[in-house]
Amino acid sequence: MTMTLSRRDALLAGLSAFGLAAIPSLSMAATLDELTAAFTNGAAVSADGITLTAPEIAENGNTVPVGVSAPGAVAILLLAAGNPTPSVATFTFGPASGTQMAATRIRLAKTQDVVALAKMADGSIRQAQATVKVTIGGCGG
Amino acid sequence: MITRREFLQASVAASALLGASGFGNWSRLAAQQRLTQDQLLQFDDFGNVTLIHITDIHAQLKPIWFREPEINLGVGGAKGLVPHVTGADFLKMFNITPESADAYALSHEDFTALGRTYGKMGGMDRVATVVKSIRAARPEALLLDGGDTWHGSMTSLRTKGQDMVNVMNALGVEAMTSHWEWTYGTERVKEIVEALPFAFLGANIFDVEWDEPAFEPYKIFERGGQRIAVIGQAFPYMPIANPGWMFPEYSFGIREQRMQEMVDEVRAAGVDLVVCLSHNGFDVDRKMAARVQGIDVILTGHTHDAVPEPIVIGNTIMIASGSNGKFVSRIDLDVRDGRMMGFRHKLIPIFSDVITPDADMAALIDSERAPFKADLEEVVGQTESLLYRRGNFNGTWDDLICDAIRSERDAEIAMSPGVRWGPSLLPGDNITREDVHNVTSMTYGQCYRTEMTGEFIKVILEDVADNLFNTDPYYQQGGDMVRVGGLGFSIDVSQPIGARITDMVLSDTGVAIEPAKSYTVAGWASVNEGTEGPQIWDVLESHIRKVGTVKLTPNTSVNVTGI
Repeated sequence: MTMTLSRRDALLAGLSAFGLAAIPSLSMAATLDELTAAFTNGAAVSADGITLTAPEIAENGNTVPVGVSAPGAVAILLLAAGNPTPSVATFTFGPASGTQMAATRIRLAKTQDVVALAKMADGSIRQAQATVKVTIGGCGG
Repeated sequence: MITRREFLQASVAASALLGASGFGNWSRLAAQQRLTQDQLLQFDDFGNVTLIHITDIHAQLKPIWFREPEINLGVGGAKGLVPHVTGADFLKMFNITPESADAYALSHEDFTALGRTYGKMGGMDRVATVVKSIRAARPEALLLDGGDTWHGSMTSLRTKGQDMVNVMNALGVEAMTSHWEWTYGTERVKEIVEALPFAFLGANIFDVEWDEPAFEPYKIFERGGQRIAVIGQAFPYMPIANPGWMFPEYSFGIREQRMQEMVDEVRAAGVDLVVCLSHNGFDVDRKMAARVQGIDVILTGHTHDAVPEPIVIGNTIMIASGSNGKFVSRIDLDVRDGRMMGFRHKLIPIFSDVITPDADMAALIDSERAPFKADLEEVVGQTESLLYRRGNFNGTWDDLICDAIRSERDAEIAMSPGVRWGPSLLPGDNITREDVHNVTSMTYGQCYRTEMTGEFIKVILEDVADNLFNTDPYYQQGGDMVRVGGLGFSIDVSQPIGARITDMVLSDTGVAIEPAKSYTVAGWASVNEGTEGPQIWDVLESHIRKVGTVKLTPNTSVNVTGI
């Protein structure tokens, strides 16, 4: 499944479906490492040039807003490391994309890292991750 | 740009004027004669901009006792730093004479004895006197309220915050941010905000459905010939720490990136000074100050810390002004060429017997309280013990509340939320219905009774402990540990979530809690919709009436390690 997404489209898509673009070529049981390896093809990973926006603590673990921006990316892979199925979405950006950013809402089963990988035109990889805490809450003072 | 000299000019009001003196040599009158209103308000005007900060009043219109915490542990990078320094160590850090007026105002040491010497603190009529005095010297002073204003008393609950709104309007607040305000529900908040004569700011309040900003993020003021941006930051964990179903339309969060964008936006608009009016809590603000560039002043709130000097983080100063109307901060700034060149600060302690009440405000407060006077003044019992709440693990008020819950609701285990509001009472004081409400008042006070497995009880303790002792401040929610009755446990604060809590026992018998076994648990302040049970203030009053005179034994049920 290949999508060319504007930010607005991504937001709209994100509202209507979880895991909107789970990668069909990989099995549902694919692990985080397998998904990462398949996406990176062994290319070097750096941490700059990619911004992952996620809440520190989820207000509702069933629908956690997550955004990724990676200027110049041709594809962005979003993973939820602690979910039974870590694959969340792959966003691909064609030459006509004005910006390379996407936002969606994902379900998180428990406290875990959300990982975003961006593939640049030269094949290099950018990675960002954020810990999102899923809590029972209740005692703010 | 901030010199050491400027820093030294920051001082607590009374520290210089009392000097060293042994406690017990003075009568209360003599002590108070040494403290004068002029001395408390004395301030050498500085620079061209004045900010006045008050926060976390929790609807305390009248003077109160408020004992600061004895236990307030810091973890990770905050270990050993303000505000995680208490008692004698705190006094030493700020060079405050033990048993002095400042020691009484700012620490827990000798609280009962010093309370009798120096009297109650706070009172919004006294606060009004201080604000008027500052404005007399600096007519363009900007008065900012950090939130947790409309909640915390019987009168605020009965009027849905209107008494506080009327008082703060009369005080002349010019912008505020929010936390417990939201527990009146979306409709009530919107109703009040539409009529507010000042800005209700929250850069981090977003619409849930579209994830778009829902309230004014900032307001720009012209003062002292300078343009000042005040960016509001509401409590980030609103729908997690409080019942999200009461305001389902809104999302909060720290949203650090958003804060940076707002700072950049106002800087691009050419403001000379950027002030963040925050309800993040101290440790969250300290982290944010280091990561968001371009904030000159953070007026921090939520965690109720009273810090006598500004804390300098890079080019940002943090001001923490306490709670419950005990303090007002005055901050004078020298702002030139779009930069903060220096500051002078004073954390003004509101000694209620020393500062003359403002007559107009006193009359307004009396009129707000008049419809509830008989209820407020009803004596329900007496206390022989000092009753206070603050502390990471327990306080005597919650010991009493847990006793009441277990007795009135026939439960093996009681839970009381680790909130930081609720004034104190001295030994010998009557307990009035107002006092009961001051430590329990809320819009979701139902006292539930349910069954929980030992395993689930541990999950709750671990979850709350991580809200307090996660080493990353952005994962801290700013309350204290849930208080328990009938249950004992050990906690190693240095461990990660899941590994902090051990040795859970039924404290009456010492029998270990079994993970698979069910226990009857009663508590209050559940964030779940549809929680059933009597209101906690009725449970507490009923218990106190049966007990007559409250006399508590020291609580040894929590064993703390890893400090």
